[in-house]
Amino acid sequence: MSIRPLRPFRPLALLALCAGLLNAPAHAADPVVIYSARSAPLITPLFAAFTRDTGTPVQFITDKEGPLLARLKAEGRNTRADVLMTVDAGNLWQAAQEDLLQAIDSPALRAAIPAHLRDPQQRWFGLSVRARTIAYNPQRVQPSQLSTYEDLADPKWKGRLCLRTSKKVYNQSLVALLIAEHGQAQTQELVRGWVANLATPPFADDTQALQAVAQGVCDVTLVNTYYFGRLMHDQPQLPLALFWPNQSVAGSGVHVNVSGAGVTRYAKHPAQARALIEWLATPKAQSLYADVDLEYPARADVPPTAQVAAWGRFTPNPRNVADAGQLQAQAVMLMDRAGYR
Amino acid sequence: MIDLLLRRWATLGPGPWAWALGLALATLCAVPLAWLALGAGTVDDQVAAHVRSQVLPDAVRNTLALLAGVGLGVSALGVSLGWLVTAYEFPLRRLWVWALLLPLALPAYVGAFVWVGLLDVTSPLAQWARTQGWALPAVRSLPGAVGVLTLALYPYVYLNARAAFSRQSGRLVEAARALGHSRTSAWWRVSLPLAAPGIAAGLALALMETLADFGSVALLGVDTFTTAIYKTWLSLFSLPAAARLALGLVGAVGLALAVGHLLRVRHTAVSSKSLGACPRRVLHGPQAWAACAACAGVVALSFGVPMLTLLVWAVNLGWAQFDARLAQAALRTLSLGGASAVAITALALGLAYAQRLVPHPALNALARLATLGYALPGAVLAVAVVLPLAALDDALIQTGWRDGPLLAGSLAALALALALRFLAVGHGPLHAGLRAITLHMDEAAQSLGLSALQRLWRVHRPLLRAPLWTAAALVLVDVMKELPITLMLRPFGWDTLAVHVFEWTSEGLWALAALPALGIAAVGLGPVVWLVHQLESQHAHAD
Repeated sequence: MSIRPLRPFRPLALLALCAGLLNAPAHAADPVVIYSARSAPLITPLFAAFTRDTGTPVQFITDKEGPLLARLKAEGRNTRADVLMTVDAGNLWQAAQEDLLQAIDSPALRAAIPAHLRDPQQRWFGLSVRARTIAYNPQRVQPSQLSTYEDLADPKWKGRLCLRTSKKVYNQSLVALLIAEHGQAQTQELVRGWVANLATPPFADDTQALQAVAQGVCDVTLVNTYYFGRLMHDQPQLPLALFWPNQSVAGSGVHVNVSGAGVTRYAKHPAQARALIEWLATPKAQSLYADVDLEYPARADVPPTAQVAAWGRFTPNPRNVADAGQLQAQAVMLMDRAGYR
Repeated sequence: MIDLLLRRWATLGPGPWAWALGLALATLCAVPLAWLALGAGTVDDQVAAHVRSQVLPDAVRNTLALLAGVGLGVSALGVSLGWLVTAYEFPLRRLWVWALLLPLALPAYVGAFVWVGLLDVTSPLAQWARTQGWALPAVRSLPGAVGVLTLALYPYVYLNARAAFSRQSGRLVEAARALGHSRTSAWWRVSLPLAAPGIAAGLALALMETLADFGSVALLGVDTFTTAIYKTWLSLFSLPAAARLALGLVGAVGLALAVGHLLRVRHTAVSSKSLGACPRRVLHGPQAWAACAACAGVVALSFGVPMLTLLVWAVNLGWAQFDARLAQAALRTLSLGGASAVAITALALGLAYAQRLVPHPALNALARLATLGYALPGAVLAVAVVLPLAALDDALIQTGWRDGPLLAGSLAALALALALRFLAVGHGPLHAGLRAITLHMDEAAQSLGLSALQRLWRVHRPLLRAPLWTAAALVLVDVMKELPITLMLRPFGWDTLAVHVFEWTSEGLWALAALPALGIAAVGLGPVVWLVHQLESQHAHAD
């Protein structure tokens, strides 16, 4: 093989090209960096408002919860992430459990966010609330026939129930809280009852389940409220209504969950990160945060948007949402055993 | 100093280079996997027992059924259509030749959500059918998944089968006929066996893609080995157990490929030019229209219906979401795909050529190891790549050379993971293409004093035109459709169109995902049409 003498600029040019593929060193006026499992369309307007208000720029990357946590864990103390933002208390609990979040002692956050919507050790804070409740077809079901989550396992609902897949964390958290209330054995019987009542195999998302109810494929389903809100916003004529279950059961109530955020263990800009989360808990940001997705603000003193308020008031389950995290893996195994796919 | 080393290397001939490349690529693939499996921690007994008893039985059964169904489906469609457009002349044949490749531009998960939207119990069609007292076939089911994946993946087999059939000489079939074989018998005994290696390469790609698929099967509610890996990782919170499942999957695929290699009949290159191509038989009357209708039907189901549906959804939303962000994503998608196509095709060519220079079983084994990433679920591969890179970053920071991560979250990390995932896609056509070139060429060129690299450039490159275009175009569209790796490893701001699709579908807003999905198809169409054009001009040359 004939080798021509290497000209000095060639390796240099190659090096320069390779350097372009690597990370540039950080600069002084750094943005606060967010890893988010809340999707870009929901958070982009919010962060724009934060930057306008505070002058702090924001950089974010979105992904599913699991890969985000894995990445944060792998990057360890070198991560660029300052804030982890995710949906479902189960995921927030898991992040805290893996020591990926640091406690922030913020009187402002303690005052703004009710105790059952945040980590008892202050590593994460719920910022919006979504209720997982019963949706029914008013042409086929009288609200008086509905009562509790547990009642949907009764044979009278045979062939009338639709559910989303058990792979979705929302159902895992719901079943986890049922385990906390009733214990493993009773909950497994309950889930078996649900499965026996299914009209069609579980759906991949809540919207499909709602449409199935509207079309009479089944009569009742369990959904997060904002999916109902979005669908009714687009097609207000659909025969669908919400029912708040477990209202007269002592110590129980509607299963609520949160989307929330925490400061990462190895945040490079912890002060700005904390400032961002505190800003997200201000009344103005709470409205922005919740309204864009038709959720309930975490703050009790900020009313939800009119469309959401029209669904009526309900008593939420008072149990701390963090409890769902601890029992989530148990819930997944229980649903497998009960044949809930 | 470097010069001296290079000269020393040069005197050794190409052998060491070939081994070094094979070893490097195999190591790049093996290290992240081993790291993931061994370094991720211990497996919780309760999780392991649960996965074994509750998750795996269904997952393995469904996966095997899915592989069998998709394997049969893509073989039947790919081989019959490849033969039809090569051996026969019928109305619009030249159109179908390239239209049959169009589904390559459409991600399988997009096909899945379109078919769910069209046929599932809540669709307008299903509603109407219920009023008539009929029930549509269940799309969220194992047969549904077989159908959706078959329609998405048959072009891999079709592309390879067509290339193999059109390289064949008509004289061989004539000889078989002269020996008393019927046309059908000659096809089974001559044409098909000669095309088998190409068909097998396409089938292997389709089956590995099926194994790695998560998006479609999750949407269609079919629990497979890949969904079991995700469930173990994300719902049972056991990355170590998930990693071991992934390693098992890769091991099984490696074993299957090795067995396939052993069973493969030794195949001698037949150059079409020396023997003359087969003239196409002209079909008449009903036969001609049946052939045309078969092609039209497949193109309609695999491409026409999904594209029209996406268009209707996008138009209903009034194009309001077409904004600068989407345009930038299209640009990012194209540049990521283009750069990956060039780099991965170059690596794949290097590897395939190394195997030619050093025909040693161990090097072939290394090449197979290096291309196994294609069977791995994308998200698992992404985590596997992040772990060693993050450790390397940490080591660099420890030395004080850097104060922040160099690799994690960089384009280099993304490029590496994409290369590991799609090396097989580039390697398949190039390996087959090189095998089809007789070794006498190399000997002649070597006797004229051409070095190994010069032979590659001056002798093989012109002969490899079609496989090179095929490899580059397939990698390009595959990278542009790819989701989990891009999602996890993209640097800030590198949102591709597939990421936009994910943002909407993750919220269950299927209609809003239509526009970015159309975008993927649109940017993918360019390379596919260009590929067809290149292949056509190649055939024109050959004719």
